[in-house]
Amino acid sequence: MSPASPTSEGYAQSDRTGAPPVLELRGVNKSFGPVHVLRDVDLTIRAGEVTALVGDNGAGKSTLVKCIGGIHPTDSGSYLFEGEPVKVDSPRAAAELGVEIVYQDLALCDNLDIVQNMFLGREATRHMMLDEITMEQLAAETLASLSVRTVASVRQRVASLSGGQRQTVAIAKAVLWNSKVVILDEPTAALGVAQTAQVLELVRRLADKGLAVVLISHNMNDVFAVADRIAVLYLGRMTAQVSTSDVTHSQVVELITTGRGRTLRRGTDPSDRSTQPNGEPA
Amino acid sequence: MTTGALSRTGWRESALAPVADHFRQYVGRLRGGDMGVLPALLGLTVLCTAFAIMRPRFLTSGNFANLFNQGAAVTIIAMGLIFVLVIGEIDLSAGFASGVCAAVAAVLMDRHGTPWYLAVGAALLTGVVIGLAIGLLVAKLDIPSFVVTLGAFLAFQGVLLKIVRDGENVSVHDSTILAIAGKNVTPWLGWLLAAVAVGGYAAIQFTRTLNRSRRGLATAPMAVTALRVGALAVLVGAGVYALNLERSRNAAVASLRGVPIVVPIVVVLLVAGTFLLRRTAFGLSLYAVGGNREAARRAGIDVDRVRISAFVICSGLAAVGGIVAASRANSVDPNSGGSNVLLYAVGAAVIGGTSLFGGKGRVVDAVLGGAVVAVIDNGMGLMGYSSGVKYIVTGSVLLLAAGVDALSRKRAEASGLR
Ligand SMILES: Nc1ncnc2c1ncn2[C@@H]1O[C@H](COP(=O)(O)OP(=O)(O)O)[C@@H](O)[C@H]1O
Ligand SMILES: [Mg+2]
Repeated sequence: MSPASPTSEGYAQSDRTGAPPVLELRGVNKSFGPVHVLRDVDLTIRAGEVTALVGDNGAGKSTLVKCIGGIHPTDSGSYLFEGEPVKVDSPRAAAELGVEIVYQDLALCDNLDIVQNMFLGREATRHMMLDEITMEQLAAETLASLSVRTVASVRQRVASLSGGQRQTVAIAKAVLWNSKVVILDEPTAALGVAQTAQVLELVRRLADKGLAVVLISHNMNDVFAVADRIAVLYLGRMTAQVSTSDVTHSQVVELITTGRGRTLRRGTDPSDRSTQPNGEPA
Repeated sequence: MTTGALSRTGWRESALAPVADHFRQYVGRLRGGDMGVLPALLGLTVLCTAFAIMRPRFLTSGNFANLFNQGAAVTIIAMGLIFVLVIGEIDLSAGFASGVCAAVAAVLMDRHGTPWYLAVGAALLTGVVIGLAIGLLVAKLDIPSFVVTLGAFLAFQGVLLKIVRDGENVSVHDSTILAIAGKNVTPWLGWLLAAVAVGGYAAIQFTRTLNRSRRGLATAPMAVTALRVGALAVLVGAGVYALNLERSRNAAVASLRGVPIVVPIVVVLLVAGTFLLRRTAFGLSLYAVGGNREAARRAGIDVDRVRISAFVICSGLAAVGGIVAASRANSVDPNSGGSNVLLYAVGAAVIGGTSLFGGKGRVVDAVLGGAVVAVIDNGMGLMGYSSGVKYIVTGSVLLLAAGVDALSRKRAEASGLR
């Protein structure tokens, strides 16, 4: 481990204790009609780490995320959660496992306020009635814990928020639920410099709290700033899952654009097993 | 706030500041295109004033009672439509669905001697089945609701003709059903119900305000809450007083006073509908589906079930509206729920502030909009205008309301408030 990424070293050590990865996909395939979008994709996500998922436009990143989130059913392959095979066939099933996703298109209801959006589908109720007070307090606390102080009121309609504010609401919605895995699909694509830095800091903090975080991004600087591990998707295939400290910018760019890493010496095994032999479940 | 109020320097500022703040926020929302009940209330005031000046008879207790009996059926059908409009759909068949359901009840009572409660139950069941069928076609087959309900509109017209056997009409003799739109609540009971309604509203509003401020959450100032409760008390009190005046030409022979029975029925439906839409997770899921269906799906909401439920509620309430209409007309005929009923109901919802674009609407919109429609119909009738003119005016008001809806939506988009 190089000192370039001090955090990754610590977590690599914790891997050696033998705990299974939080979430693991093996041989996942997904087609939309004749379009074969995901081909035998393997992915390993570990607690306390930020895994960057990179790949060109159309590589299948969002589709992969939607498969993890139960939005799209997969055609084949297995889905392991904390080492156990599970069936995730609906957004609710994913949420019940503790997998939360911040979608690229955010999926917020403009006509509802921040609290209503954060609790949508999982409202707190008392005697069949919405427990507005509890939800409002929890929403405010969660936003505060993410150091979000830019929204005037949690009772604001989401339509009245700026892009960055909407992004933070979507992230707050994901972390509200004591989730184990948080996946962010291009969370910084529409943000300015300062807001991007904020979101990245947030991503890092989540991982440091022990969550498994997946970050999809096109920006290599962002990826190298926060990720412990990089997974590269090329035309629906997982071409590499490597430690950030083992690769350079240009190597990752090469993997993204050609799917090959000629200059890579190690860590090209997609399932990541060769680089972390001790990370296997006992 | 309390300590500030005690300080010598300016209790007026500190006591009034939250109220002024609240008012400023309200004006901001209005400017942003979120007009709430304001257009309907303004329209109602203007219309009532105009008719009262031109036709003093408009303001009599007798006509006032008449307004409620006239407007109730359309208002109830509009309440159901709001559930469908909130999820961004439309039900063009609600009018004839009300006719079919009423015909089922009338035929059962008139030709088979079924007791009224079973007949009403059958009508409601018919409404639920109709809603289920429409909802399944819309949600499961993804046929646009406009098309499904346009087809149903025509089909129900035929079903109605078949049930009442072409050209005839089925009369309603049952005294309980006839009482709905024909009898009044005893005056003292009217006052009691009014007191319960206002008291209940006050209790809910004040506990809400108190609970929120106790937990340190932003809330409307107590003064504003008190003002709201006071306004409602005055309005309800004046209404009950007016309706409890003697309106019989010959009181010695038959006294005619009291709140029409339809009023408590509409109020109960209003409270129940508002509770369902605003205070339950189901209600929230209706708004979510209307606002962003995909987001609702990803939040784990069973979107199909929500959409089907909305149509079931709509047709179920249409059945209630149909029975109220049958009570008023003393009969069901092949045109029950036809002609202007559906358009008046959609008009009522939109005039009241429910959006045709989905995601926005409240049950009270049906009551306010229904009142506007009833006042236009009633006032222009008093002025001797023909049905033709009434239709033109009501149609124009509907277009005006839809225009306000579209413009406020544009405005909301521009200002980022919606
Ligand atoms: N719902 C869908 N139906 C059909 N094709 C889809 C669908 N979603 C994504 N695709 C296709 O799958 C491919 C991968 O898309 P996506 O996962 O969005 O890529 P990325 O997020 O990596 O840019 C694209 O070719 C896209 O056209
Ligand atoms: Mg994408």
